[in-house]
Amino acid sequence: MEIPYTVTARPDTGLANPKLGIWLFLASEVMLFGGLFSCYIFQRIGAEPGYWPHGLLNVPIGFANTLILIASSVTVILAWASLKMRKFNQYMWFMLATIACGLIFLGVKLTFEWPPKLGHFGAILKKEALVKYEGFLGNEHLAERKLEPRVEISGHLLPPESYAHDAVKKELHGRALIEAVVHDPNVHEFKVVVDPENANPKDKANERPHFIPRDRPGDDVEKKLKAEGKSEEEIEKDLEHRNMLAVIHKEDVQWASSFEPKHNNYFATYFMITGLHGAHVLAGVIVFVYFFFTGRALYRRNPEQLANRVEVSGLFWHFVDLIWIFVFPLFYLL
Amino acid sequence: MSAQATDHAAHADHAHDEHHHELGWWRKYVFSTDHKVIGVQYGITGLLFLFFGLLLMLVMRWSIAHGEQPLPGFIGWITHMFFGNGVITWTDYTFPSGPRMGEVLSGWSLTKEGYNVFGAMHGTIMVFFGIVPAAFAGFANFVMPLQIGAPDMTFPRINMASYWSLFISCVILLLSFVVPGGAAKSGWTSYPPLAGFADAGFWHVLNGQTLWILAMVFNITASLLGSLNFIATMVQLRAPGLTWMRLPFFCWAIFITAYLLLLAFPVLEAAAVMQLMDRVFGTSFFMPTGLIVNGQPAAFAGGGSPLLWQHLFWFLAHPEVYVLILPAIGIVTEIIANNTRKPIWGYKMMVGAIFTLAFLSFIVWAHHMYMTGMGAKVSAFFQTTTIIISVPSVILLTALLLSLWGGSIRFTTPMLFATAFLPMFGIGGLTGIPLAFNAVDLYLHDTYYIIAHFHYIVAPGTIFAIFAGVYYWFPKATGRMMNEFLGKLHFWGSLIFINGVFGPMFLQGMTGMHRRWYDGGEVFKQTVGEVLYWNWWISLSAWLLGLAQLPFIINFVYSIFAGKRVTSDNPWDATTLEWETPSPPGHGNFIKPIHVYRGPYEYSVPGADKDYSPQAEPPPGSPDLAATPHLTPAAAH
Amino acid sequence: MSESHPPATQDPHAPAASDAHADEHHDFWAHCRLYLWIGGILFVFTVITVWLSYWDFGTPKANMLIALAVATFKVSLVGAVFMHLKGEVKTVWRPIWFTLFFVSGLFLLSVFAYYDPIFSSLHAHH
Repeated sequence: MEIPYTVTARPDTGLANPKLGIWLFLASEVMLFGGLFSCYIFQRIGAEPGYWPHGLLNVPIGFANTLILIASSVTVILAWASLKMRKFNQYMWFMLATIACGLIFLGVKLTFEWPPKLGHFGAILKKEALVKYEGFLGNEHLAERKLEPRVEISGHLLPPESYAHDAVKKELHGRALIEAVVHDPNVHEFKVVVDPENANPKDKANERPHFIPRDRPGDDVEKKLKAEGKSEEEIEKDLEHRNMLAVIHKEDVQWASSFEPKHNNYFATYFMITGLHGAHVLAGVIVFVYFFFTGRALYRRNPEQLANRVEVSGLFWHFVDLIWIFVFPLFYLL
Repeated sequence: MSAQATDHAAHADHAHDEHHHELGWWRKYVFSTDHKVIGVQYGITGLLFLFFGLLLMLVMRWSIAHGEQPLPGFIGWITHMFFGNGVITWTDYTFPSGPRMGEVLSGWSLTKEGYNVFGAMHGTIMVFFGIVPAAFAGFANFVMPLQIGAPDMTFPRINMASYWSLFISCVILLLSFVVPGGAAKSGWTSYPPLAGFADAGFWHVLNGQTLWILAMVFNITASLLGSLNFIATMVQLRAPGLTWMRLPFFCWAIFITAYLLLLAFPVLEAAAVMQLMDRVFGTSFFMPTGLIVNGQPAAFAGGGSPLLWQHLFWFLAHPEVYVLILPAIGIVTEIIANNTRKPIWGYKMMVGAIFTLAFLSFIVWAHHMYMTGMGAKVSAFFQTTTIIISVPSVILLTALLLSLWGGSIRFTTPMLFATAFLPMFGIGGLTGIPLAFNAVDLYLHDTYYIIAHFHYIVAPGTIFAIFAGVYYWFPKATGRMMNEFLGKLHFWGSLIFINGVFGPMFLQGMTGMHRRWYDGGEVFKQTVGEVLYWNWWISLSAWLLGLAQLPFIINFVYSIFAGKRVTSDNPWDATTLEWETPSPPGHGNFIKPIHVYRGPYEYSVPGADKDYSPQAEPPPGSPDLAATPHLTPAAAH
Repeated sequence: MSESHPPATQDPHAPAASDAHADEHHDFWAHCRLYLWIGGILFVFTVITVWLSYWDFGTPKANMLIALAVATFKVSLVGAVFMHLKGEVKTVWRPIWFTLFFVSGLFLLSVFAYYDPIFSSLHAHH
């Protein structure tokens, strides 16, 4: 028993089954991402001024990833065209290029984008405490420029040695350190090596995201400490002098954590959408790997069917690219 | 296949087919890609869960009638055995180390928490694990490919994957009953903020509320895969001559229902992912700022919107209610045409109505949210679209009612259920019309009036249609007839007692009696006192309704093994294509190629030799177009 | 099912099987030049997207609309050319139109509900 129209098109509809199937699936995916984007819209319009952050994502990396994904869209359609013209070896090269681009996209995301956020600390201050930390927030200046206020001090926590009374375990760093410090009842303040926006809050250059990211000094404070052999007190004095050390009292803080989904709705939405998008990229890569390794056998049996399968999965891949084309400006630039 | 192979396809003898090989028992009956097996799997799963959902409600009815008195006798023993023996520790809810809430049972009494668990699960199970698998997926899988003359669905392996995804979701859901804390208890609607932290004190991911979300994700995946299969099959695999307007109305109903699921379900999946993140990663998608739980600030950053969940949930759940009713209308249409021996009145109008209904169903959802503080303009929009959507529903019902006029009615068991469907669905649908107005909904929202309204549609509505469909297509699936006496006993018992359950609820609701009160409103005696005593009569009707299902279960199981064998492949003398196959159909369904010559309901055609003209029968004197190679589907490749 | 040469398809880019081998290479790139051009345009417009983000068009709404307009343009190129939507049969277009309508309904109606509360302090923040 054969199912008709699996490879050739039905005359009155003009379609073969898989193509109709993938378009129906893509329709449901549009609705899925539609639900996710409606969350983005709702959260963003409902956010108080100052509570939807900007400039926290690395634009060059996002830009590069966008180009990589567009390139992979081109290579996958060239792979399909190669199959239609019965050039099998060329198909293999283009498919390999597509897989490589997909893996690079995921690799970049999972090594350069997500992990650094987990070690990045942010403390959202209570409204009544905003005035106290004006030196790091610069809200008067922002109000004059009719911009949204800053409500958060972000940066990197000083290593455990800086906390008195052995309050925090010595070997902790990154997210574990942040969680320990936040939840430890014996620690009453956060010592943060602040990001440039808080070190120089009145600098115009800090009002919007940068294409070339500014140095995040907290990134290698630990290294500096060990390299220079300076004592903690000396380092702290130096940072204070440069307005780079913020000592925030816990009772002034509304919410503190690393830059993870629970930090604020911006990150929740960002991680959710890029996470689900990444899962779709991975699914596409797996399908392409499958076609890469099993393609030869099917090509010998029925080259048109392989071409159709590559076309259909290419449609899925273009959709994934399409979603990213919306994600990039919405999260990285706006 | 080359041109020569078409002759082979025309042979009944499959031995020439080089792909034919004997499948083992597991591949034939369990992990099968055959739409008929999958349809039966869906149908049995759905029926089992419908019964389970009924049992949950029967226990709840005791609580409503008798508060926290111990459950009696055998029922109490069974409930105790399955749901454990917890002691209420309702008072020591601590946070953030976690709440410790009462278990489902205290001794043999259903606790308040237990009532909430049963209530939430009754709704979830009936809607997503009972009706959708049984009425939609089960019948659509089994009947639709047969009705369009197809050998199977376009994507048989995806079809199998969709059933097993449902199976996984069923396992997860059942598992959620036995984990500490019990199953989900935040309503079938799972509203945040409660659903964002309920069961937080129990195991981190393996608690009932989180497992509910995981089960829903698998359930939604199953529905999506199934829906795209149904649509693709109907577009691509219709037999030659079967134009869209010659399709049986059941197929139209499945087509539209599949589109509703395809486009609406993913939005709930997105929302479910967000709620999962709220629960597992501590995000605040739906958690508002400043939430205090049991006297302490909740450990969320805040800034989220509980309303967002409601928008996303009801964006699905409103089309979902049409998913619940449309397959039923399709089934009933088939049975009415067959048992009145005349065509359906207004077929074209019904098709137009179903399209309009589907389109509008996506833009009415906020009539479930009138109480959330929507302003006049947006309320007016949703009230308008909701009132407009009542028009196609009434068209569908009216066309079916008019189809009875002048018919030569045979009151077989399927026809009894199908005929009863009409006034029952009528009551349910018409009582919904006042609810379209937010001024009325202000008073009736979350009262028993609402319960009565939607239960009339799904219980003596859709479930009656499911029964009708089972009795009608049982001979096709098994080659045996079900027993008529037991069928009639089942029918009359169900009809009488189901009205005994839901009829009084309209009036209870109008006095203000609220939903989800575990003790049936005892606490609010001053306001609703005069209708409270009806609770006992309603509960009694519910238990007798449960008993009335026993003839059906006995009939079903007995008839599979020892029912009277059919004397022809078409015991009902029906016109549609599924009756051209053997009973039960074999692999590939049709023995000879099919060509369709006429519409689906050509009964009592003047001048014809019998009172039905099957779709695939050539008109007298005309050539048999199915024998011509270039028109058969097999020749297409 | 297996054939020695490809059957006729509807795709305009597939050549007749009888092309000489020497022409095939040129033919492939002649057919696929369009894809490379579109890829290039997409690259350029990605640069434009980032460049535009450095301009302030007055209100946040205006900034958002410009960015979304550019994104929509890029997406329509991907859809029309890469996904073969230009010239695709109506069996594919119909579900797409309905989907776009319903997803717009989801966005617009939920935002409409947000901006029309029953009293103005409903969405006030603490």
